[in-house]
Amino acid sequence: MRSDEGDVDDTVTISLTVNGAPVRRRVEPRQSLVDFLRYELELTGSHVGCEHGVCGACSVRVDGVVVRGCLMLAVQCDGSRVETIEGVAASGEARDLQQAFAVENALQCGFCTPGMLLTAQDLLARRSNPSPEEIREALSGNYCRCTGYHAIVAAVRRTAEARGRG
Amino acid sequence: MSRIEAGRSYIGESVVRPQTARLLAGRGVFTDDVVLPRMLHVAFVRSPHAHARIVAIDAAEATALPGVAAVVTGEALVSVCSGWVGTLAHFQGMKSAMQRPLAVGKASWQGEPVAAVVAESRALAEDGAARVRATWEVLPAVTDPATALDPATPVIHPELGDNLAFELSLTSGDPEAAFRQADVVLSETFTMGRHTGVTLEARAILADFDPAERRLTVYHSFQAPNMMQDILARHLGLPEQDVRVICRDVGGSFGIKVHIYPDEMATCALSVMLGRPVKFTADRLESFVSDIHAREHRVKAELAVRQDGTILGMRVDDLTGIGPYSVYPRTSAVEGNQTVRLAPGVYRFRDYAASLRVVFQNKTPMCQYRAVGHPIAFAVMEAMVDRAARELELDPVEMRRKNYVTADMYPHTSQTGYFFERLSHEEALDELLRIADYRGLCAERDALRARGMYRGLGLCAFIELTTPGPAFYGVGGARISSQDGCTVKLEPSGKLTCLTGVTEQGQGTDTMIAQVVASAVGVAMEDVRVLTGDTLVAPYGGGTWASRGAGIGGEAALQTGRALRGNILKVAAAMLQCEPDDLDIRLGKIVDAATGEVRLDLPELGRVAYFRPDTLPKDFQSELTVTRHYVPRHQGFAFTNGIQLSHVEVDVQTGFVRLLRHWCVEDCGRIINPRLVDEQIRGAIVQGIGAALYEHLVYDEQGQLLTGSMMDYLVPMAAEMPDIVVGHVETPTAYADGGFKGAGEAGTAGAPGAVLNAVNDALAPLGARVTAQPITPEVVLRALGPL
Repeated sequence: MRSDEGDVDDTVTISLTVNGAPVRRRVEPRQSLVDFLRYELELTGSHVGCEHGVCGACSVRVDGVVVRGCLMLAVQCDGSRVETIEGVAASGEARDLQQAFAVENALQCGFCTPGMLLTAQDLLARRSNPSPEEIREALSGNYCRCTGYHAIVAAVRRTAEARGRG
Repeated sequence: MSRIEAGRSYIGESVVRPQTARLLAGRGVFTDDVVLPRMLHVAFVRSPHAHARIVAIDAAEATALPGVAAVVTGEALVSVCSGWVGTLAHFQGMKSAMQRPLAVGKASWQGEPVAAVVAESRALAEDGAARVRATWEVLPAVTDPATALDPATPVIHPELGDNLAFELSLTSGDPEAAFRQADVVLSETFTMGRHTGVTLEARAILADFDPAERRLTVYHSFQAPNMMQDILARHLGLPEQDVRVICRDVGGSFGIKVHIYPDEMATCALSVMLGRPVKFTADRLESFVSDIHAREHRVKAELAVRQDGTILGMRVDDLTGIGPYSVYPRTSAVEGNQTVRLAPGVYRFRDYAASLRVVFQNKTPMCQYRAVGHPIAFAVMEAMVDRAARELELDPVEMRRKNYVTADMYPHTSQTGYFFERLSHEEALDELLRIADYRGLCAERDALRARGMYRGLGLCAFIELTTPGPAFYGVGGARISSQDGCTVKLEPSGKLTCLTGVTEQGQGTDTMIAQVVASAVGVAMEDVRVLTGDTLVAPYGGGTWASRGAGIGGEAALQTGRALRGNILKVAAAMLQCEPDDLDIRLGKIVDAATGEVRLDLPELGRVAYFRPDTLPKDFQSELTVTRHYVPRHQGFAFTNGIQLSHVEVDVQTGFVRLLRHWCVEDCGRIINPRLVDEQIRGAIVQGIGAALYEHLVYDEQGQLLTGSMMDYLVPMAAEMPDIVVGHVETPTAYADGGFKGAGEAGTAGAPGAVLNAVNDALAPLGARVTAQPITPEVVLRALGPL
């Protein structure tokens, strides 16, 4: 319920860092992390695709771990460090991966792309030279309707090879 | 093909899409990202029953909820938004019932919107929707198309008399004679399941009615903004010029976002009613019951063949279920119509008979989805060809070669009246065999069979209907533009701004248009900025669907670029006191055509034309903004062709089908951007694979959708998908200067047939055969006998 006069105010105050900046907000306990990011903080790069944990469009990093923003509540992130595509893009940590996605045309409509990038970046942090099969497995929780995945796998491979050489 | 451009050409180059930079940075602007002052959100109360009379709707508790602005039922919107009927005049005898934004009197499918709750947030609107109490009188549901026309089956819309939306009967040549003369007659019935688009971005619309000016601005995740503008103007009673539709980033479409949806019309009507912006973003669960569904066919096919493999004739009987309404304004008859008209078109035999029945049922409405009719047509045709080859002990490659419409037969008119300017079946087949090492794969398959591994190879030849002219919708009375415009303006700085009527949903339309314009004018790609999807400023056009972007939008861009180039050269000639023909434009520089010597650059030309025209001759007026339009006038469609090959392995213990690799060779005419075409093909193939193996909207007998979430409805994910090899033959159309044809649906057209044939090839040594789609493990195991 919302906080109207006479109603019980059940909002909760949370403090967290989002893309490196401290954030303090009152939120409804029922609000998902991705809705909080999109509608309270106006970080619209994280997308809502299914709201039941299948599609991966809402993927964000919480304390360094890629999670589904639709399966986590904002209140669970109190005290956490949250990173979204906006933060990753600004820091430049995945600039080569983003460039590889562009070159391989590993995105069409771009709606899955923020989640794909975060998931692929996470794979590349764990595995320096993943095989195409390992890439497909790592991305198997991120739905893309446009590309058929072939170009996404190629972009991640290209990035892994370049980082290996680098 | 002669060069269409002077100097540097980007045609045929895999230019990287500049627009991806913002999407890669999370800075796309999708409809749900747009926020307006005083914006409200709507959530819909949807029918929990497939067929039920609305006895009463009690909105008191919802209306009393703090933050709820309005609770609206169907009757309240009747005076705001007029109803619609999804028929087209050229489908003779077609009928459908009046549909409205919110159901009035009764609901006809599970998921039909019956009431709207408008509130300060989506969450509050949903809270309100949960408090709306509807009382229902449940009616018997019509679900199975096979019994929809039985006298004992209830009629969904009594005013229509029966559940038949449309029927068609076609005869070419003398099919009876062909069947009499045949050595072998093969008969098979195919059951093709329902599936849907599952665009990752669900449907979304934000309507902003300004009651002071009585103007409506709509942000819409949509493919055809001018179509939406026309329909909103007519059904809301607003002047057309006062309705503006803006399509910014669109998160996938595939034909899902080209139809009129009751909930979207209701959202616009609510904005008019309340005088405030109202946003509707479908959630995934309501997408499954409200996005248009696709396919659901039962096709009986018979093939008459001579012993040597010559196809003499064919009969096809298609029964397809479309839900309770034919969808407005394109109708739900096109899917079946194209299925029976396309099926024989790859082959030269003339004797063909087809019948089609399109029936109403109490399921989500069905309508055009990527490759409309094609996947069913070619799965059926090519399965019959493979079966004939197997029974006659002929090579499936040679069986096709023997029956193709061959290079010496063009121009050619198909059995059902489609005109083919020039197709390349034989070249495409040869190229496919080469790039796939088909014979090597056959040998490997045969060797592995001896070791108990069941691998299969499946071919599927296809044609694709692209670049449609007015015969598609316009002649039937639908106000859907078949022509498209392009405007290009030379900015004073020498850069180009381009507006186009075709739209972008990830295909790279804007990049493709920029490549054409840059090449035609003679500037660098990065100097062209393209804007799509805004009815207030872009020239009138149809948008992007039916693989029309390159063939129509690309040709309009070419003609516009050429005209602007001519006008720029006139200004340059006036400045340089020479003839325009003496000059050329190369990468933004005016050069001497003969020597290439730079005479002038475009910023200087822009400065003079815009700020110092007093220095030009008194009788000279520069025209540096040019608009041109294009509509295909010489043929109804620009048909393309191709062939696919699927390589699979079937686990005969579990029934699982593993995709090993997939190939496609297609011919979309002159290619503007090879990488974008390849990726269209690959994505479309995976959509076809989804239909072939995984995606299924399963209903129970009461018309309840059983697979209405992404937990239950399987979409193709990365781990199961194969690598996809794409090859090309280029046969440009001579009817348009660019030579471009469409490529958007070829992948989906042929993939299901290729997979079906590959599975049947794998199962052949076991004497098993599947004829149902999706080919689930259950379907395979039933064919093999254990179930």
